[in-house]
Amino acid sequence: MLYFENVSTFYGKIQALHDVSIEVRKGEIVTLIGANGAGKSTLLMTLCGSPRAASGSIRYEGEELVGRETPDIMRRSIAVVPEGRRVFARLTVEENLAMGGFFTARADFQEQMDKVLALFPRLKERFDQRAGTMSGGEQQMLAIGRALMSKPRLLLLDEPSLGLAPIIIQQIFQIIEQLREDGVTVFLVEQNANQALKLADRGYVLENGRIVMQGSGERLLTDPKVREAYLGA
Amino acid sequence: MSRTLKSAIFSALLVLVVSYPVLGLKLTTVGIGLRIEGATPFELWCIAAAAVALFLWQLLRDRLTPSWARLPKLPGVSSKTSNFLTLPSTQRWVILAMVMVALVWPFFASRGAVDIATLILIYVMLGLGLNIVVGLAGLLDLGYVGFYAVGAYSYAILAHYFGLGFWICLPLAGMMAALFGFVLGFPVLRLRGDYLAIVTLGFGEIIRILLRNMTEYTGGPNGISIANENKPTLFGLSFERRVPADMPTFHGFFDIAYSSQYKVIFLYLIALLLVLLTLFLVNRLLRMPIGRAWEALREDEIACRALGLNPTVIKLSAFTIGASLAGFAGSFFAARQGLVTPESFTFIESAMILAIVVLGGMGSQLGVILAAIVMVMLQEMRELSEYRMLIFGLVMILMMIWRPQGLLPMQRPHLELKR
Repeated sequence: MLYFENVSTFYGKIQALHDVSIEVRKGEIVTLIGANGAGKSTLLMTLCGSPRAASGSIRYEGEELVGRETPDIMRRSIAVVPEGRRVFARLTVEENLAMGGFFTARADFQEQMDKVLALFPRLKERFDQRAGTMSGGEQQMLAIGRALMSKPRLLLLDEPSLGLAPIIIQQIFQIIEQLREDGVTVFLVEQNANQALKLADRGYVLENGRIVMQGSGERLLTDPKVREAYLGA
Repeated sequence: MSRTLKSAIFSALLVLVVSYPVLGLKLTTVGIGLRIEGATPFELWCIAAAAVALFLWQLLRDRLTPSWARLPKLPGVSSKTSNFLTLPSTQRWVILAMVMVALVWPFFASRGAVDIATLILIYVMLGLGLNIVVGLAGLLDLGYVGFYAVGAYSYAILAHYFGLGFWICLPLAGMMAALFGFVLGFPVLRLRGDYLAIVTLGFGEIIRILLRNMTEYTGGPNGISIANENKPTLFGLSFERRVPADMPTFHGFFDIAYSSQYKVIFLYLIALLLVLLTLFLVNRLLRMPIGRAWEALREDEIACRALGLNPTVIKLSAFTIGASLAGFAGSFFAARQGLVTPESFTFIESAMILAIVVLGGMGSQLGVILAAIVMVMLQEMRELSEYRMLIFGLVMILMMIWRPQGLLPMQRPHLELKR
């Protein structure tokens, strides 16, 4: 579904990604773990077209994405839940969701809204509330719900567990699992390696802009190097 | 203690330094020259008293504040009332009632009052337009007056060179201003925040200076006057006293004596109509996805891009629609004045419109109307003469202390969902 082939990205003169190649197959949950500054978010942002990849190729459903504008990329059944949630604080929950469905066909809009509200009953309770007044967990749910409004086939999540209580993290991860059952492919960027690897079908480990390890979630979870570096065991 | 003493001495000195040249020195014309006259002893005593008063206030402020707090609260609006007042449904009823009053009122009012009301309506129109750009889309535009000027000059030039009437020129002026907004918006909207403010400020000035210097076409500082036959007509009936012989006039048609009152009321009603159209348009836009997108963009541009929205297109639409509203207001302004000069479109006008938007509460339409009334009334208080701007500033400061969110801040219009 999604292929990165030898992608390199630069911030000015600094190279943030070195020949990264990854693959996400349809119906999978794939996770990317790594330490602070390893280039996880950069990889996701490169996929979104900002910053642009300097070399290599990113293909999504057979189409080349490198060189396209961000809005163009984001309208191809790809949705992203950006790092730090970034909900529209002074807009209501309803309006936030409506913004997510900006390009959704009118006929599908209501159906999708109902789906999202069924997935997150909490959002239904807070429907008319301003997003900025909600708790971090609720905002994260809203951010995911907003992304789902566009009926994506591929969902990109950038550190959804950031700054949340463990019980909320568990809820969020349960929902991600549920999404896969609904047929959404998930690419999950996480620092919380333990949780992410338990959930994922496959995982990649990013270090200083290079993929240093890959394999099934279980394999990485039991790998001594990964355990030492990311699981603190 | 020493710190309060220091600040007390400083404020007292500041009072002396600021108020002596402003209040104490007077310029009088002697022949062709100017002579500086000193202040009268009374004025000097006043300044000294003010300095002493401020010195004592600063010195004793810390001890006075507790007793200050026990004083009755400021003329606050209870949260329930303010909540009620800012609800979109309430605002709609209030606006309806205001429209009814506004329709009937001019027939019983004096000429001067109707004229000021017309001016208020122009500012309401401008405020509503800028509200889209600043209040909703969050783009700080300090050159808004430029589009106002484009609208006014479009009408004046079309009337002067091509003999077109007001009603044809009105949409053309709006379109012209929209075009300017679109073209200027393209390079400008890549910038953000303060940088955008500076560049729009520059553009506003460029338009004015261009108009002043293209003397062949715009008449330079003298401006262009609009001939009577091109001024607004009611189904072809002119409201002017002197028109070409073949043109029907209002007083001639109904066989009544000419009165300038008719014209003033007529202009007022046109302005009212334009304001109502603007309100309708803005309300429709707010309920459309594009209106929501403006607000979303104000909140978070990156999130908007992540959702596949093109920020440039959205900003440009806000900028263009805002500009076109200024264009309508401008062409009406030209019709009311009968003369356009570059000096009507200085930066202070932009500041005034921005003040109306901020004072009213960003994004709130009823707030804009209220603020336009307050601001124009303040400007028109002739009996205060030179102290007008002083009071103007004072009101702004008090507003920012008491209601920093504006007179009537906006509440979200809720769209009802079938559940």
